Amino acid sequence: MVAVKRIVLDVLKPHQPNALEFTRTVAEVGSDYRVRVMVMEVDENTETLQMEVEGSVIDFEAIQSSINAMGGSLHSIDEVEVHNDADGG
Amino acid sequence: MKLVSRASFLLRITRTHGIIRRYFVVNGFDGALTMLGLIMGFLISEPTSLTVIISACLGAAIALGVSGVSSAYVSESAERQRALMELEEAMVADLQDSYHGDAARWVPMLIAIVNGASPLVISLLIITPLWLSSAGIALPVSPLHASIVVAMLTIFILGVFLGQVAGVSWWRSGLRTLLIAALTAALIYLLAGR
Repeated sequence: MVAVKRIVLDVLKPHQPNALEFTRTVAEVGSDYRVRVMVMEVDENTETLQMEVEGSVIDFEAIQSSINAMGGSLHSIDEVEVHNDADGG
Repeated sequence: MKLVSRASFLLRITRTHGIIRRYFVVNGFDGALTMLGLIMGFLISEPTSLTVIISACLGAAIALGVSGVSSAYVSESAERQRALMELEEAMVADLQDSYHGDAARWVPMLIAIVNGASPLVISLLIITPLWLSSAGIALPVSPLHASIVVAMLTIFILGVFLGQVAGVSWWRSGLRTLLIAALTAALIYLLAGR
């Protein structure tokens, strides 16, 4: 099975929910997700994040829905790591 | 998300915890002082039946509650819609389906409920001795005096709450609001008692 193991996203979000709450909510999307967020830029009403999500099988659509529900928007997918389990990965 | 934690989350993302607390105290204070004024008025007037006093106080309490709900809802709806529009402009996105959209719809209702319930509940608390007396329950003092004591106590507690919010001496803050209530009572006695 081909599974996405890691993605790095460029996300624009409002100041609230804050980065901690935002990251926690995205991490709750999957049972084994590890989420790392770096705030790249802070403007008057928004902030730009670089968000790295790692997990055994990443559900991209669910992550995007979670980001949108919190008022954020996905700007780009900057990095992707996909494993094919048939190769023993 | 459970109802309480969802409400708390929406208040947090809109940073309206402070506003809701302010509305609670300001309108609660309004309710307490209005009841104090009404009861003082009855105390210095010709003796009136308890039923009339209760009806007058209840009418004022309901009016304060409805006024609190409607005024807060109208003003907060406008504020939340404006905040949402500004955020949508900054995000260049429609946020109606996000938590921010939910907040713009629900937070005004939450604030309106607090703003209306605060004076209503405090007023009902203050007129409780009148009800007890009219139900035949004996009080250690006259029902009007008992209501004034409850009003003063409620105003003192509101002051204590404000002191805790501000992180200053609770008893000093409580005494300050109590002094305002005492001044109000004295003014009513001086101006209306002649």
